[in-house]
Amino acid sequence: MSQTTTQTATTEVNNGVNVEALLGAREALDAAPEAAQFKWRTTCEWVNGTHSRSTISSFFGLGAEQSRDRTFSVESDHPEVFAAEDNAATPVEIVLSGLASCLTAGVAAVGQHRGIQLHSVKATVEGDMDIQGILGIDDEVRNGFGTIRVHFEIDADATDDEIKALVAQSQKRSAVFDIITNPTNVVVTAN
Amino acid sequence: MKRTTTVIIGAGQSGLAFSKQLADRSIDHVLIERGEVANSWRKERWDSLRLLTPNWQSRLPAYAYDGNDPDGYMNMAEVIRFLQGYADFTGAPVETDTNVIAVRASDGGYVVTTDRGVWRCTSVVLATGACNVATVPKTARNLPDNIKSITPMDYRGPDQLDDGGVMVVGASATGVQLAREIQASGRQVTLSVGEHVRVPRLYRGRDIKWWMDTTGMMDLRYDEVDDIRRARRLPSLQLVGTPEHITLDLNALRGAGAGIVGRLAGLGNTKVQFSGSLANQCALADLKMNRLLDTIDEWITANGMERDFGAGYRFAATRLDPEPCLALDLADRGIKTVLWATGYRPDYSWLEVPVFDRKGRVRHDGGVVDAPGMYLMGLPFLRRRKSSFIDGVGDDARDLADHLCTRLHSAAA
Repeated sequence: MSQTTTQTATTEVNNGVNVEALLGAREALDAAPEAAQFKWRTTCEWVNGTHSRSTISSFFGLGAEQSRDRTFSVESDHPEVFAAEDNAATPVEIVLSGLASCLTAGVAAVGQHRGIQLHSVKATVEGDMDIQGILGIDDEVRNGFGTIRVHFEIDADATDDEIKALVAQSQKRSAVFDIITNPTNVVVTAN
Repeated sequence: MKRTTTVIIGAGQSGLAFSKQLADRSIDHVLIERGEVANSWRKERWDSLRLLTPNWQSRLPAYAYDGNDPDGYMNMAEVIRFLQGYADFTGAPVETDTNVIAVRASDGGYVVTTDRGVWRCTSVVLATGACNVATVPKTARNLPDNIKSITPMDYRGPDQLDDGGVMVVGASATGVQLAREIQASGRQVTLSVGEHVRVPRLYRGRDIKWWMDTTGMMDLRYDEVDDIRRARRLPSLQLVGTPEHITLDLNALRGAGAGIVGRLAGLGNTKVQFSGSLANQCALADLKMNRLLDTIDEWITANGMERDFGAGYRFAATRLDPEPCLALDLADRGIKTVLWATGYRPDYSWLEVPVFDRKGRVRHDGGVVDAPGMYLMGLPFLRRRKSSFIDGVGDDARDLADHLCTRLHSAAA
């Protein structure tokens, strides 16, 4: 009886993630690690003031250039307290959004893999920043975030511990979480 | 050139158990041992080490611990005596002080070249263990000369360390045990913690190893696991063998005064950075431990044995600093030594047969190597969860000796 229930639950779980395809890709890339080498790109053009517009389209992966049908656009600016026009979110807010989106995608994928049906997932993210750093007031203050707090509200067919494990596993496999929690080599050139 | 049917390389628990299985099947064989029986237990372990498994769990084919302290943990002298006793009991044909220089395929068999002669055989058993070389991250090269770098292979006890602080990198079984004894020696320890597996020494009145054995977890086969690659990479359990059966987790180390920091993320000269993922590593370990305890509780209930054991309970979550340390200067902190408890790997530099995958691991299916007549023993989750334990080599040796025997007979037919 319980087995039948589990069976039904597993087949009915649909978080909209094609886990079979992802597992297939993992299997294929384990055999051909060179195809796992990806390059992600964005192009950013200055508009005016602190306002800029990034366009995102092609990337490299699976051993070839990959093109999309669409080009995405992400704008950024700064709010009026920074004497700017507030045309769009600040870059640091976009970083927080990137973290939240990456973790949320992970929650959906891991949930699908573990047979957990999600009903709603909401991540609230807050990052502490002492802007004495970016303003050059105090050299001992870093520019970036001190602490970032992410809070998930998840409605799912799972126990509290299963939901906590989902969120923990999502962090373990998250690219943006890794980018933020560990140092990265950044090479900047001009002209 | 000497001839035998099977050459077993290594006379530790794996090699000796395999030898017993071959002797029981009247298969001619020899064990090649670079030193003496139980060599790595004699030469490559720190002084205070005790087994992490209780004495009753030291079981080999037709041989087991029969002392008066079944729940204690053997020190190294006792382990050596136990394994030497097994070698004497089985009459294992061990060629001691013999180094293997090369193993090559030849005429459907193998040629094993040693510094004391050459052996021709039809099958080879790689029983040299999982812990031949301490793995150290590349970033260790960035340490300045005035800070000592040491691995558990060279560590014997805290007295060999300079006075001053010690950064222990890695919080698996080795890292937590060494952090504990170095902190107790009066040297301030900073423990860098990545992925780890937290377990209590005792639960509901029994050793955690007893529970894992009794509930059948240790017998889980490699072909029954959801993700065997992951299972084989899992860090060792945070355990220590002490007469007091203490639990050695991060909370215990923190209580003893050790500083807990995240996974080593960067090292340049004396500046060290730690990952901001510590809270999640601890959450993962706490959740995993609780799932293990849930499994034990469910087993007790399913077997109607609630009255035989006390009620179930849970341990405090791993404590975290409100503001975790993300970077420090070794010089400022007075840290004089970095101890790399960052894992071990086998050494097959003498194996000249193309059986390696791109990561240098031997390709095998439950110990049956991807080369006819070659077998592997003693690696984590080789055939079962218990494969790398003294208690696990017996079943693996039996299975693989059966395979070897079948192959031998079909070749003869």
